[in-house]
Order: sequence, then C-alpha cells, then structure tokens
Amino acid sequence: MDFSYTILILVLPFLIFLLIGSLGSRWRPHLSGLLGTSGLFIITVLAYVTAFNYFIHRTGEAYQAIEASQLTWLSFTDDLIIHLGILLDPLSVMMLVVITTVSLMVHIYSLGYMKGEAGFARYFAFLSFFTFSMLGLVVATNIFQMYIFWELVGLSSYLLIGFYYERPSAVAAAKKAFIVTRFADLGFLIGILILSFNTNTFDFARLTDQHGPVIAQPVTAMFMGLSVTTWAMLLIFMGGAGKSAMFPLHIWLPDAMEGPTPVSALIHAATMVVAGVYLVARLFPIYHFSSPGSLDVIAYVGSFTSLFAAVIACTQLDIKRVLAYSTLSQIGYMMVALGVSGYGNEAGLGYMASLFHLFTHAFFKALLFLGAGSVIHAVHNNLMTEMGGLRKYMPVTHITFLVACITIAGIPPFSGFFSKDEILVAAFEHNKIIFAVQWLVAGITAFYMFRLYFNIFWNSNPEYHHTPHESPSTMTIPLFILAVMSIFSGFVPFHELVTSDGRPLATEFHPMIAVPSVLIALAGIGLAAALYYRKNSRPETIAKSLKAFYTMAYRKFYVDEVYLFVTHKVVFQLISRPAAWFDRHIVDGTMNLIGNSTVSFSGAIKEMQSGEVQWYIWYFTSGVLLLALMILYLT
Amino acid sequence: MNLLLILLIIPLLTIVGIALVSDITKVRWVAAIGMSAQLIFSFILLYLFFRERNSGNTDAMLFVSAATWYESFNIQLKLGVDGISVSMILLTSIVTFAGVFASWQVEYLTKEFFISLIILAGGVFGFFISLDLFTMFLFYELAVIPMYLLIGIWGSGPKEYSAMKLTLMLMGGSAILLVGLLGLYFNSAPGGGRLTFDLTEIAKISIPLSTQLFFFPFIFIGFGVLGALFPLHTWSPDGHASAPTAVSMLHAGVLMKLGGYGCFRVALYLLPEAAHSLAWIFIILTTISVVYGAFGAVWQKDLKYINAYSSVSHCGLVLFALLMMNETATTGAILQMISHGLMTALFFALIGMIYSRTHSRMIHEMGGLMKVIPFLSVVYVIAGLASLGLPGLSGFVAEMTIFVGSFQHTDTFHRMATILACSSIVITAVYILRVVGILLLGPIKDNHFLELKDAQWFEKLSTVTLVASIAIIGITPFWLSNLIHGSLTQMIHAITN
Amino acid sequence: MNLQAEIPLDYLVVLSTIVFFIGLMGVLIRRNLITMLMGIELMLNAVNINFVAFNHYLFPHRLEGHFFALIVMAIAAAEAAIAISLIINIYRQFATVSVDDVDELKH
Repeated sequence: MDFSYTILILVLPFLIFLLIGSLGSRWRPHLSGLLGTSGLFIITVLAYVTAFNYFIHRTGEAYQAIEASQLTWLSFTDDLIIHLGILLDPLSVMMLVVITTVSLMVHIYSLGYMKGEAGFARYFAFLSFFTFSMLGLVVATNIFQMYIFWELVGLSSYLLIGFYYERPSAVAAAKKAFIVTRFADLGFLIGILILSFNTNTFDFARLTDQHGPVIAQPVTAMFMGLSVTTWAMLLIFMGGAGKSAMFPLHIWLPDAMEGPTPVSALIHAATMVVAGVYLVARLFPIYHFSSPGSLDVIAYVGSFTSLFAAVIACTQLDIKRVLAYSTLSQIGYMMVALGVSGYGNEAGLGYMASLFHLFTHAFFKALLFLGAGSVIHAVHNNLMTEMGGLRKYMPVTHITFLVACITIAGIPPFSGFFSKDEILVAAFEHNKIIFAVQWLVAGITAFYMFRLYFNIFWNSNPEYHHTPHESPSTMTIPLFILAVMSIFSGFVPFHELVTSDGRPLATEFHPMIAVPSVLIALAGIGLAAALYYRKNSRPETIAKSLKAFYTMAYRKFYVDEVYLFVTHKVVFQLISRPAAWFDRHIVDGTMNLIGNSTVSFSGAIKEMQSGEVQWYIWYFTSGVLLLALMILYLT
Repeated sequence: MNLLLILLIIPLLTIVGIALVSDITKVRWVAAIGMSAQLIFSFILLYLFFRERNSGNTDAMLFVSAATWYESFNIQLKLGVDGISVSMILLTSIVTFAGVFASWQVEYLTKEFFISLIILAGGVFGFFISLDLFTMFLFYELAVIPMYLLIGIWGSGPKEYSAMKLTLMLMGGSAILLVGLLGLYFNSAPGGGRLTFDLTEIAKISIPLSTQLFFFPFIFIGFGVLGALFPLHTWSPDGHASAPTAVSMLHAGVLMKLGGYGCFRVALYLLPEAAHSLAWIFIILTTISVVYGAFGAVWQKDLKYINAYSSVSHCGLVLFALLMMNETATTGAILQMISHGLMTALFFALIGMIYSRTHSRMIHEMGGLMKVIPFLSVVYVIAGLASLGLPGLSGFVAEMTIFVGSFQHTDTFHRMATILACSSIVITAVYILRVVGILLLGPIKDNHFLELKDAQWFEKLSTVTLVASIAIIGITPFWLSNLIHGSLTQMIHAITN
Repeated sequence: MNLQAEIPLDYLVVLSTIVFFIGLMGVLIRRNLITMLMGIELMLNAVNINFVAFNHYLFPHRLEGHFFALIVMAIAAAEAAIAISLIINIYRQFATVSVDDVDELKH
C-alpha cells in the first residue's frame, strides 16, 4: 500500500498557515475562515482515507509500522540524525483521525463563534499552524522530530491562548503556559540527550523494538541509585507531564482558558494536552521493559492528578475552569491506564484502554467545551452563577451537552462507559489502591459534571440582559456531529486496532467492575440533582460545614500561590535581581575600578610635572643618590 | 589576483565612492549598492566554494594565495577560506547589508558614519579571510577602532563613557592577545628555520606543552574578551546600549563572533594540548556566562540591556561548545555564531526602529505596540522566538547541535555543565516572553502611540532580510551544517590527537 | 709643601661634599631666586674644590683639573650675569623673585 500521499496531511495545513498568515489581513475575513476550513476538510478526508487503508490491510497477525516518507533534516553525528518523516502505525493513525476530526469541528464552529472578531484571519492562521504542528507531532518517526513539533505545538498554544492580546490576563496566561511547558520540555530534552547518547539513535522503530539492541541490551550505568534509562524515561515523562498538565505541572491549563473557547476545545481538551499520553504510549516498550519503575511513577502521578483535579472541579464557578479541571482528571485516567499496563496480549489491556479513553474523551470533551462556548456566546459570561434555565432558550446545546455529561459520567451505552470501564479493569488487575481511587473519581466526575449541567440548564433563572438565543447553525452542527460521535465511538472495535503490540486483544465484560462504577456514577448524578436541580440552600450549607476544605479546593490547594512564590520571589528577586546587581556593581565595578584607579594613579603622578624646578631637582638628586647607592652596594 | 581580495576591494571602493559624492541620499545609495555587491559576491563565493568541493578538492583551505608584505618579520597577506570562514563571511555581508538599511535615517555626519561603518565591516571581512596571524590581528584592530568613533559620535546616552569602556576593554584584550600571538611567532620554528605568523604552518609543528600552557590563556582570554567571556563581558551592555542601531547590529552580530572564531582557529587549533588541560577552567566560566547572562537579562528594563545580556548568554554558549572540542559541538558553536549574529542584529535593528518611534527603550514605558506597529511587532516576536530556540528558526538548530554534541562527553563534569547550559533555554523563554508581554501585548499604554507609523520600506528590507535568513537556516539547516562540518573534520582531528 | 701631609684628601672631599649639599639645600629649600643662584654658585665651587684637590693628589704633574676649575669659574660668572639679568626681568614682570609665583611658561 502506498501511503506517500500522507505527506499532504502535513504540507497542506502549513501552506494554509503561510497563505492566511501573510495575506489574510488583506482579504475579507470570512475568506480566511473558509479557506482554513475547506483546507482542513481535505486534510480530514485524507486522514480518514489513510486510516481506512491502514486498518484494512493487516499483514500477518500484527499491524506493522510504515514509514510513509522520510527526509534527512540535520545530522549531528554519523548515527544521531534527525529525520523528518511520517510514521504510520495504529497509534499515529488513530491520532490523525482524532486530531483532524476535532480540528475540523472546531474550524466550522469557529466560523460562527469568532464571527466579527478582530483578528479573524489571524485566528484561522494560528489554527492551521496548530493543526500542522500537532499532526507533525503524532506522525513523528523519531523522538527528535517529536520534540521539534512538540515545541511548535507549545508555540501555537501560546499564540492561541494569547489571542486576545490586549487583555493582560490572556497575555499572562499565555506566558505562564509557555514557560511551564518549556520548563517541562527541559526535562524532555535532557531525557532525549541521555537516551540518545546511550542508544545512539533517535528512531522510534529502533528504540521500541522489543528484540532490538536498545531493549535487549539495557545500559547498566547507574546514577544516584537509578539506572540511566530510568532517569531518561522519567525526564521524558516530565515533558509529557508538562504538556498533559499532570500535577504539579498542571497550573497552566486552567489559566489557558483565557483563550477563545473553541481553542480550549481543540488544544486544551482534545489534542495537545493528550500529547503526554501519546508520548508515553509511543515509548511504551522502553518504559515497560527497561524501566518499569517509571511506569509506577506515571500511574501514581496520574491517579493523584485525577483525584486532585476532580475535587477542585467540584468547587469552581467558571464553567470553562470546571471543564479544564475535568480534562486534568480524565488525562489522569489515561496516565493511570498506561502506568498499570503490561505489554502484549491481555496484559496490554491498560495501554489499549488508555488510548481508547483518549479517543472517546477527545470527542466528548470537545463537545463539552464547544457546548460551553455556545452557552458563553449566548449569555456573555463564564460564571455558572450567572446562568440557569437555559434549556428553554438553547435546546440543541442543552441536548448535546447532556449527552456529553452522560458520556463523561460513564453511563452505558455511551462511549465514556466503555473506555473508563476498561481502565478500571486494568487498574483492578494491577493495583487495588489505584483502582479504588479511580472508582471514587468516577463518582466525583459524575457529580461535578451534573453540577455544571444543572447549574447551566436548570436551577433558577437569573435576570439576563437580553434573552439568550440558540447559536447559529455553524455552531450547532459541530455540536450535533460530536454528540453522535460521543455516543457511538464506544462501539469502535478499538481492542482490535490499537494495542500495545499491534495484535488484536480479546476483551471481556467484567460486571463486577462495571456495575459498581455505574452505580457510583449514578450516585454522583443523583447528588448533583439533589443539590442543584432547583435553587436551594443545601450547597451553601455543605460548603460551610466543610469550610476549610472547601476554601482550599476553591483556591486550588494554593498551588498557584506556590508557583507565584517560586517565579516572582525566587527567580526574579532571589536570582535575577542579585545577578543583575552583582554584574553592575561587582563585575562591572571591578572594571570601573581598574579604569578609575588608572586615572587616579596618573592624577597622582601628574603632580610630579608641577613646573616647579625645585621639585625636579629633588627628584633628580634623589635619583642620582639612589643610583649611586645602588652602584655602590649592589655591584 | 586572488578571488578573496574582492571582499576587501568592494568595501574600499565603497568608501572611496562615499567620499566622492556629496549629498546624503547619494551617500546612502553608494553604501547600499556597495554592500549589496558584497552580499552578492558572498553568495557567489559560497557557490564557488561548493563547486570546488564538489569537484573533489579536499584541501583544508581553498582559494589560497600569499604575498609577503613585511619581509623582515615574514609577515604575509595570506588569504584562504574554508567552510567556516565562508559561512562567517555570508553572515557578515547579510548583517552589513541589513545594517546599512537600518541606518538609512542617520542625518548627522552621514558620510563619516557610513565610512566608519564600512571600515568596520571591511576589517571583519579581512579578519575572516586571513591565514596569517599578524594580518589577522591587524584586521581585528581595524574592526575595533572605528567602534570608538561610531559610539562616541553617533551614540546615545552616556556615549563617551561607553565608547571609552568598550574600546579600552577590547584594547586590553588585544594587548593580551598580542602577547599570545608573539608567543606563537617566536615558537614557530623549533628547528631553527624562519619564524612565521602563518597559521597553517604553525599548525603543522608541535609546540612543547609548557609553552602551550603559558600562551593558551593569553590567546583564549584575548579573543574571549570580544566573545563576552565572563567576567570580561561588561563592555557589552554599556557599549550596546549607547551604540547607534547599525553599530549594535554589526558589533553584536559580527564583531563578537571574531572572538569565538579566533578562540577556535587560533587558541584551540594551534594549542590543542593546552586546550585539553585548561578547558575545564573555561568551561566553568562559559557555563557561568550562559546561565548568568540569561538571569541578568531577566531583571533588565532597557531593551538594549536585555539584548546585551542575552548576547552574553548566547555567546557564552558559543565558547562553551567550542571547548567541548568535538565535531558536533563545534559545528553547533559555529551555527550558534551565525544564528546569534542574525537574530541579535535583528533585535538591535528592531530596538532602534522602535526607539526612533517611541523615543524610549524602557519596556515599562511602552505597551500594546502590536496594535499600532504590527509589522515591527511581529518581527520582534519572530526574533524572540528564534532567540528562545524555537524549531524552524535558526536558534534551535544551533542549540540542539551544541547540546547533543556536548553530551557526547561521558564524564559527569561535562554532563552537568551541559545540563546547566540547557537550563538557559527556560530562562531565555522567561525574559523573551516578559518583554513581548510588556512591550508588544496588552493595552496601549500611551495615546501618543496611536499616531505611530509602521515600518518604512528600508526598515522592512532590513528586517525581512534577517528574518528570511533566520528562517532559511532554521527550516533547512543541513546544507549549512554540512558546510561547517566538512571543514571541521580535519581540524577536530588535529585537536583531539 | 708640607701641606700635603697636613691636609689629607679626605678632608677636602668632605669639605666639597658639605659645600655641595649646602648649595643643593639652598636651591631646593629656598624660594628666593637670588638665594637659589647663590646655592648654585656654592655647588659649582664645591665641584671646583674637587677638581683642584683630585688633580693635586692624583696627578700632581698635570693641570687639567685646574683648568677645569677655571673654566667652571668663568662659566659661573657668565651664568650669574645671565641669571641675575633674568631675575631682574622676572622681578619687573612679576614684582617678585619667589620661584613659586613664576611657575608658568607664558605670561
């Protein structure tokens, strides 16, 4: 099968970006939008064709990785060469489908949502750029190509969060997002350096070859009690944790909601933030065979983040922030699934479950964000306290939002149930504590999602400045499509397509796990209904009785404050300021001292040329006497 | 006649031309035409170089010719280029070309300004094509001296102080350097033959280790002053802050590269054993430069100071990589010189253009410029992104080559130094985004800004040239990397054995 | 002729040194031009003593030292004449003969 046409999937969005970026400001705005959207439509079609062609051609028992194209970009040494290429394997093809689908939906939605905004063309240029970088990331054939696009994705995230650049909060959020992920990327880079030095290759194919030299002959060198490979893999995970906003590098994601809502749907819910999951999945054989310890770390970090974020989500009032914390929590699930997974056959259930959840989550979370965007579009406010009773005004948004809420809560037969259930099964087999945490988080998830749902669409009706109205069809059609996908994507035979070793995996239904998880979800929904279906004083009473804890959760456990302390106090006040002072006064001071002492020394000896003859005679005579003495006593 | 002489003749003719014409417009155009010719010739040289290499000529230096010009000391005008010099010449002509257009609006003593500027550029060209240490030193001085006039006359702020400081510190460096060069000269004929300044001849002999150890610090520090080696970098912030736009561009963009180039070509290449024994001291110093320059930039409030400290950090990385003494890291160092030269020139050009509009360089006095001067602001963002090492722009290629190269050392000392140097990419992001956030984004701070005009044609020409160069290197780095790498193999072989 | 035995060379040298340094001190310490001139005369004469004494003791049959002393005297006289005329002119210009007040070359 010839896949060389896949190069277009990368080239097209970049061309569109260049075109809109350089000429868009001179066109009528909607032309840029149409160009971007229709271009993306072609790309989506190409991605689906690729997926279809790839998945129906299974050669032998397992899916093989195909390098569709490859060009040498830069060579460091004879072995360490950066190629830019396109790698097609079940993982990357699945990601292509997810990214292009969500991106297309967001493009269409944005035509309506961003209508009339200044910078409409710029917005679409950035969207194309993001799509380009994200696609480049997932089809990377080697870890360095991935790092290149990883950085580009970070940039497009920066540009899109800071889209409303006249708003200081947006600028600050964009900066925060970039710097936090950049810090994480430092770990990623050092990890790459260590890994590539020890394995002498960047190539995924060689790195993850189960019988290849990298895994079969592990490096035995140790550093501070851990093997070098473990260090490398942990540092690489740090990069992934930064992009995927795992605790404690999660702080940028809630702030990133300053960007336009469709951007949050695309980048900060469905695609870019799962790059960390993708990274771990991509390198999974190394994690599994060479450094199982780091997998445990990933599982615990994921588990903690999912619980932590879910608790915070219960207290937030800004609907986009609730969704942001929910995203954190769901990515935590994916990380947990990877962390508890084994390799090959039945053991690889977690791996499959993680990516399955990534797949379904992309649709329902994008749907949630776009729905929230539709609501915000109608009421011009982000706070759920300013909303209520919207079901009457916005029927389509209401129904699709409800679908998404049921899906994320994990109620069968919607897609979220299947993927979450398999994660729980995998966790149960590996680690009971993590299973218990994830089971609890499932309940909390259902609770805060329905808290959101009831607060927006039911509850009491506040005074609206003008009557809310349903969004235009450019916005409701994507909602509808995504709702359909949220419902049915659970029926995709994922276990036959995307597995840890490319071989199909037999899954069975575990009622022992499915039933309790559905029950706790229903309990969460019930609790939310009791508290928020109608306006009442029960939520306040509960908040008051748990005052200390509630405040802590509401203040996001003060992690932001810690960060402010670190950046402002430590980096600025404790390092940069003294460094600048030191440079001015000590280093430069020394130079000035040398200059000044030269001047003052010459000032001092200048006095000798006073024009007073008698002094000259003094010097002369003393000199002669000195010389005489020297001649007398030294020779 | 040697092909390379054209690189010296064009500036000379331009100077004569400028001296002959009278009014300002003609002066500008003569300078512009001269430097365009230089740029075109640099590309021709690149082409000829590739053609020669492809036809199988594997000599270390191409287009070599020698003529003795001072018989008694055996001083020659020996010219020749390898891939490194060719790429540096290309950098110089691009920056000079952009610099001429960036100083289109110099009104005061225009003729003298352009003459000094082109003398400076001519000195740099001469430096890069010389293979004789004395001639090299001569051109080096020729490039440094006009700096004093350029800053002292056309500068701003405490210009006399800055000009004096810069010139004196660089002269101090030259004095140290001269001692080192004479040391090489007097040890250049161990068998008793004729003493020589010829670089390629000295490379062939082996100087005793004790002599090497004695003279290496002189040469390395002598060139290091110009390469902003900590703690001898303090001329850079003050000098750059006071210098007029084009001079900052040329100085940070090109002249500072003479330091790195000299350190490699003279100190490391001619005194390899001493380099191996003493490298650790300088690795510590340059690691400090890299991190400390970046932290220094975080706290600055003046745009030029921010960029000057960022230059300290980036040029520190050049020397750092050179001291790693392997092919990959050295390739990275040369790439970093080119990349930093282009982007810092772009930064200084933009700062000059912004200053000529807002009459301020203090970031807190400005804000929201993206709205009023979008072209310049977007270019500023691109320059910033290049500086923080974004893939697709030249900075990334250079930094990654350096990091991968430095990491090839297996001992903990080199590894830790590399990791520390890597951490500068985060700090760079902090100060770049801080400036972008305060200066370009956010609400418009001053209503006068609403009347500002965006870039004029010559400003666009100047910045677009530089942006295009940065992007071309960033997107297609292999040709440049191969050009440099090809010339390095022999030299690194000589250094490591 | 017994003088030789009675006055050893050392005495004369010591004498001339004392006279020389008195003259030198006069030049160095005093600010009055006339006194300084007198100091110079003393130094010259101290040298004369040396010339004559050494000539007498070391080369009794030759006369160069004596001649030198005579030349020095002649020059000292000429020098005194010029110096005094200069001093008088300075006095006319500045109304002072103190060196501290005439330390500028142009007026």
